[in-house]
Parts: sequence; structure tokens; C-alpha cells
Amino acid sequence: MRLQAAAVKLGYGDRTIVDGLDLGVEPGTVTTIIGPNGCGKSTLLRALGRLLKPQGGEVLLDGKRIDRIPTREVAKVLGVLPQAPTAPEGLTVADLVARGRHPHQTWYRQWSSDDESAVAEALAMTGLADLAERPLDELSGGQRQRAWISMALAQGTDLLLLDEPTTFLDLAHQVEVLELVRQLHHAAGRTIVMVLHDLNLAARYADRLVAMRDGRVISAGAPHEVLTEELLREVFELDAKVIPDPVAGTPLVVPIGTHRRS
Amino acid sequence: MTTVPLRLGRLSWQVRLRGVAVTVTGSALLVLLMALSMRIGDIEMTVAQVLAATFDPADAGHFVIMELRLPRALTGALVGAALALSGAIIQSIARNPLASPEILGVTNGASVLVVAGVVASGSAYGGTSGLLATLGVPALALLGGLIGAVIVYGLAWRRGLDGYRLVLVGIGVTAVFTNVKFWLLTVGDVNDTSRAMVWISGSLHGRGWEHVQPVAIALALLVPLALTGTRSLNALRFGDDTVTALGVRTNRARAAMILAAVLLAAVATASAGPIAFVALAAPQIALRLTRSAQPPLLSSAAVGAVLITAADLLARTLFAPVELPVGVVTAVLGAPYLIHLIWRSRK
Repeated sequence: MRLQAAAVKLGYGDRTIVDGLDLGVEPGTVTTIIGPNGCGKSTLLRALGRLLKPQGGEVLLDGKRIDRIPTREVAKVLGVLPQAPTAPEGLTVADLVARGRHPHQTWYRQWSSDDESAVAEALAMTGLADLAERPLDELSGGQRQRAWISMALAQGTDLLLLDEPTTFLDLAHQVEVLELVRQLHHAAGRTIVMVLHDLNLAARYADRLVAMRDGRVISAGAPHEVLTEELLREVFELDAKVIPDPVAGTPLVVPIGTHRRS
Repeated sequence: MTTVPLRLGRLSWQVRLRGVAVTVTGSALLVLLMALSMRIGDIEMTVAQVLAATFDPADAGHFVIMELRLPRALTGALVGAALALSGAIIQSIARNPLASPEILGVTNGASVLVVAGVVASGSAYGGTSGLLATLGVPALALLGGLIGAVIVYGLAWRRGLDGYRLVLVGIGVTAVFTNVKFWLLTVGDVNDTSRAMVWISGSLHGRGWEHVQPVAIALALLVPLALTGTRSLNALRFGDDTVTALGVRTNRARAAMILAAVLLAAVATASAGPIAFVALAAPQIALRLTRSAQPPLLSSAAVGAVLITAADLLARTLFAPVELPVGVVTAVLGAPYLIHLIWRSRK
């Protein structure tokens, strides 16, 4: 297991959101966490990325307690892209991506040739090389999200946690970002954990799905094992048909509802 | 912005050309202004006379240069640099161009304690008794500044430090301090309070080597600290989750930088009183000159030193032989600037 949550209890202040959850992330897989709003999926991702300290239980990175490893060392193997991240006004794409090199730098080594090549490579992989000098706020939503992923790439970690990387994007840009995620996985065998809302895209782009409700894991496994009609009822309270996706053969969710156009 | 990598073996930096240009030009301007302030005063001197007076202890002007003009000019320049550096750090952390050491309670904490000391013990600079006599005005100001900062910091802390909350709490505490200060001024003896008023306005009058020393030491220790913290400061502009993910211990980094800013402002205030607007304006001027995304530390310090040196030159000469407190000049120059800043950000 690259990353593991063992009996974690998570919450903010007095409010407990996740209680006694276990989850293991196998190396070299793309794992996607799905679940209704407020089920604790983002909270879990934050804990896996040591952005939130568990109130109980522990998070293990390569078998060691993540909170016992110096945070800078963690940052060299684990990259986290928080939900809807914000950047300072006027920042250029190149400046943002360069920020990803932070854990590898010290005050006397602030811009080594390694840094320079890692940033150039990250920009190239995300197709942003031509936009490097453009301010972030001038980019389209999809380009901006790619810039943030590029920053996480420049960090040079083989473990990436992405919290809803496709929020606020139209479908074409969602596909664009997820294709990039898949490509990152293929190119270097990166282990990726992400939270997604769109079930069909989750099924299409993940090796493993984890379905959560009320802070508990209801089901985990390959998309066709997890994304069943019973699970949709149990987790989302949604009546739906699940048919094979005509393009990829992965499960495709078709809600039943009541409205029909005759 | 044009940056050049500077590499020496395993050492490497990114050098921003505009930053270097502003710092170098600012320093050159500072030297010129300081030279000018050596010449100008009750006794006008030529450059040759200044040089002779500086290096010859037997010269008639030696005392004027070495005991009056030089320590005064140096205090001004150092205080300007310290205030500007402090302001640059605080504006970066609060992500707010209107933040300054005044927001952190330093300036007003110092003022309250100094005024209290003056009112309680009889006299600001003459015969004294009690607390003031034991500590002296600078020590009292330093103590008050630190107490003010601790109060603001303590009230703003909620399982971590949020820049926005810090500013709001700071504004509230500042309002309380200001009113305590005015209350003390109204109950105090009129002779004492008028002397206290000069201090409150921020003045370089009669500053000697004993005022140069503490600011010089503070800058020598804290400038390197602040510069090594520049990277964290840059990172802290992002959301906390992003910064933590990059391996920065956010609260520790923030606390260290705020401590440096508080010490710089407190020491500067102890030496010259609360000189208005320099900590606020200098970093914003430097920011615009360097066209960087956040106040650059070294350029801000250079601009701050130039600002106070220029303002004091005006304060000494504008209505000579009557001398204005330098803080009045910086406030008169700074207020329109502040309005300009708010006007621009409104659009």
C-alpha cells in the first residue's frame, strides 16, 4: 500500500464527519472516490494528504505515519491539488508551476537547473509551454486547471491527490483534464487518488472506485463491481439503470426519474 | 518580469532585475540625500568642509557632523528601512496592501505606554521619576509595542492564523489603544502632554548614536532572517491547503515572519516614535517600481530609508529655524498617497 487510512476519525472541531474508516491505495492505480455531497470524500482526501490531522486513527505513507515524516519530505513524494485552489492576482503560469519546486529548494538553492528542467517538463506535459508567460486569470477554466496540475507535476511526486479537479469545467474540459490524468498515470506509473462528482467519467477513468456515504466506505473495487443499480440506490438514493458505455464498455449511469419526453 | 538565474555550484538564486535596479538606485539616492543632510542646517557646510569635519576631531564642525547630523540621518535611514521591511512582511502575510505594523498593535501599544509613562512620571525628557525614569522612553516604547503585538496576535489566533482575521482584530485593538492614548493626553498635565505629542508624531530631533545602535542591530539580525523567509512568504500568498501540500509549516512560517516584523517595527518606534505611513507606503511604492506581485523586501527597505531621509530633510528646512516632527511630513505626504491607493483599488 502506498497510502493507507487506518481507522481514521476525521472532522472539524466538534463535528465528526468520518469515523473509523479504513482505505488502502495500491501503487500504480488511479483510485476515484465518489459519493453524495457531504459524505466526507474531500475530508478523507485532505487527511490522506496530511492537510487535515485525524482526530483518531492514522494515515500511513509507505507504511510510516504521515504526521511523523517531516512535511517537506512528504511533499517530495506526495502532491495534493486542493479543491478550487486560489492563486495571487496577476501570477503567471510559469510562476505558478515554479512554485511546485518549493519542497526541493532551500534559501541558498532557489532555482537550480533541476528546477528549471522540471518546470519546463511539467509545462510541456500539460501542453502549457506556449502559455507560460500568460497571467493565470487570463486562461480558460480548463487551461487553469491544467496549470494547477502542472504545478503538482513540477513537484515531481509519483503520488498525486486531486480534489475535484473537474469542478466548474464544461464537459469538454472535464474530459481534457481526465485524459491528462490518465496520461500521467500511463507515462510514469503515478499513483493517483481523486474525488469526482461525475459517475460516468469516474467509471471511465478510474481503475478503482471507492463509494462513500455518511463517512463510511460502502463499496470499493473495479468500476463494474462498484457502480451497480443497488449501490446507486444505497449510496445516492437514485433509481437508475446501469448499462455498458457504448464507447469504453465501462458502466454508464442512466437515471430513471419520472419526466419523459413522449 | 525579467529574472536571471544566478548559479554557483550547488547554490542558485533567481534574481529579479527590476528589484536589483530599484534597490541600487534607492541606495544611491539615499547616499546623496544623507550627504545633503550633512551639509544643510544651522551651519551650512560645503562637501569639503563636511569631509574635513568628519575625519578631523579637531575641526570646529566635528561635533555638528559626528554627534548631531550623522547619527540623526542614520537613525532616520535605519528606522525607515526597518519600518518598510516590517510593512512589506505584514502586507504579504495579510495579503492586504493596507496592512502595516500599526495594524499589529505595535505602534499604538508603544504610544500608549510612552504617554502613560510621561503623564505618570512628570516629564518626557527632563527630570523624571517612577517607571519612565527607570526605563526611559525607548525601552518603554519597545515594551509597549511588544505588548500591543501580543494582544493582537493572541486575540487573532484561532487554531491557526488567518491574515484577514489578523487585520480585523488589529483595527479593533488599534481603535482601543488610540482612545486610551487620547484619554491619557486629556488627563495629563499640559506641559507633559505637549512633549508627549512630539514623540507621538514621530521625530528624529536630538537622535544620537544610542538611537542608531538598536535599529542597526535589529536590522543586522532580522534582514537575513527575513530574506531566508522570502520563499515561505512567497508561498504563503496561496491558500493554506496549497501551501501545506508544498511542505511549508504554515503557522510556524507565519509566526516567525510576524515576529520579525513586530521586532523591526517596535525597535524603530522606540528609536524615533511612531512615524506615520512609511511602513504602509514604502512597500507599496517598491511594489509598483519593481512591478512584482508582492512587496519586495530589500527594495522596500531602500525606499523606506529614502522616504524618511527625504522627509526629515524637508522637516528640518521647510520652516527653518522651526523644525517639524518628521512624522508630520511623512503623514502629509503619505495621506494623499493612501487616498490614491484606495481610489485605485476601488476601480
